[in-house]
Amino acid sequence: MQCDFCEKKATVFLTQLVEGEMKKMCLCEECAEEKGVTDPAGFSLADSVLGGETATDPGDIITMSDDGVPCPICGFTFNKFQQVGRLGCSECYKTFSDEVGRRLKGMHKGMVHVGRVPEGLVEAHARQQRLDQLRGRLEQAIAAENYEEAAGLRDEIHEIETSVVTQP
Amino acid sequence: MMRFSTLLKHPADWMTGAAEGTGVVLTSRVRLARNLHREPFPGWSTKERRMGLLERVKPEVEALPEMKNGFSQELDGLTSLQKQVLVERHLISREQAARGEGSAAIVNRKQALCLMINEEDHLRMQAIRPGLALGEAYELVSSIDTQLESNLEFAFDHELGYLSACPTNLGTGMRASAMLHLPGLVLSDQIAQVLQAVGKLQLAVRGFFGEGTESLGNLFQISNQSTLGESEETIIRRLERVIEQVVSHERNARLKLFEDDAEMVFDRVGRAYGTLRHAHIIASKEALNLLSLLRLGAELEFFPPKTGGTCDSLLMEIQPAHLQLHSGKKLTPEQRDAIRAEIIRTQLQSLDPPVMNERQEDEDREDPPDTIVDL
Repeated sequence: MQCDFCEKKATVFLTQLVEGEMKKMCLCEECAEEKGVTDPAGFSLADSVLGGETATDPGDIITMSDDGVPCPICGFTFNKFQQVGRLGCSECYKTFSDEVGRRLKGMHKGMVHVGRVPEGLVEAHARQQRLDQLRGRLEQAIAAENYEEAAGLRDEIHEIETSVVTQP
Repeated sequence: MMRFSTLLKHPADWMTGAAEGTGVVLTSRVRLARNLHREPFPGWSTKERRMGLLERVKPEVEALPEMKNGFSQELDGLTSLQKQVLVERHLISREQAARGEGSAAIVNRKQALCLMINEEDHLRMQAIRPGLALGEAYELVSSIDTQLESNLEFAFDHELGYLSACPTNLGTGMRASAMLHLPGLVLSDQIAQVLQAVGKLQLAVRGFFGEGTESLGNLFQISNQSTLGESEETIIRRLERVIEQVVSHERNARLKLFEDDAEMVFDRVGRAYGTLRHAHIIASKEALNLLSLLRLGAELEFFPPKTGGTCDSLLMEIQPAHLQLHSGKKLTPEQRDAIRAEIIRTQLQSLDPPVMNERQEDEDREDPPDTIVDL
């Protein structure tokens, strides 16, 4: 196979994910070195090689063209997520919960976390999961016009909601 | 603190096959991704904030009893060659190697634990053990997680679990993986079938060296893809079960190959031995594939048992950055091939030719396992 940049035989093959698309490159040893493929410090080289957007300091990226509401904590926008596939901060998951939620379907085994919980949050987490479960059952009961069960569930939810969470 | 040179001089037990119980499964690793609450993820943070976070997190990591006398290094203090060597040893990721100021790598003395600060996530913690030991690796890294969370507030959501920069790591933030050596399945043309079955179980399989479908050295990595909706224990149990089945398929493939055509197996191993012992120019691809056969030969007891460990060390030592570090200068591809051959010859100079003993030929075969798809 021939190098994408010169006449020589390609010996370095690079596959990169650029904006969700697979880009393949074949390079000879010299071109690979020149483009920084073999140098770990230049690993985000897709930009320079493929002529894409060059990395800017993320501090001042919010421009007018980036429409959509930015995250109140870090200023990240959902447009940016579509470009890079990563979010700006933990709070972005709340800011863009609908959009991210839609993308999560099919990505994992489930949609709700099961497993380890930070020690300080164990009680709050159990309470939240119980509430989510009861709310789900309440919806089902109402849909099935099972009002007696719905009333019981509503009381139970209310009771948990008004109970005081004891902080460890 | 441990120096870079000391780290290099003393490869970990899992790199050299020094530990017992290695064979088809070379290593098991488990990594957890964690981020600090409401702090911009490294990819969206400013240099100042990243450095501030590093100053907060690094002392916490260094203070862990497990990290005593370990290696702790900010990435901007390493040359690109040094970083590449750490990548080749799988102590840091390629992504981390591309970073500089504001990022750090901390490795414990035994190199069973490596933590990266400001990689894709604020904290990536990884435990590596030889052989199939995912549960043990999880225990190790989980204990680090517990200790760190008492002083650092990790981003966590009741529905989405641990919050990561990339949604593919949400939930447990855990990626568990094992590296497998599968020459039997490759030689008997069963590899595609087995890998396809594993892929159907939402597990990722890829060649360890090389890009795409090609796998050099018959090394494959199997890992979980889903991180949300299942507990850490469930993920690990499922992964271990699948890996055990692949191992069992591999062992049977080897026995079958041996039963059907012992001469062919012996010929392949013998040729690999001859070339590796006497080559003066050898490309990386050829070397990896021949070392795989030599390793197979060691497991079939054609060679003394510790030969497998020598192969594992060589897999690491013949990679480009290691060769450059070894020779102390920049190398052309031709020079690399010559030095690679020289290192291999030196390491194998006292290895006697393969011997096939009678016992192996009439060894009982295990019952073939159920097919993987039946899980």
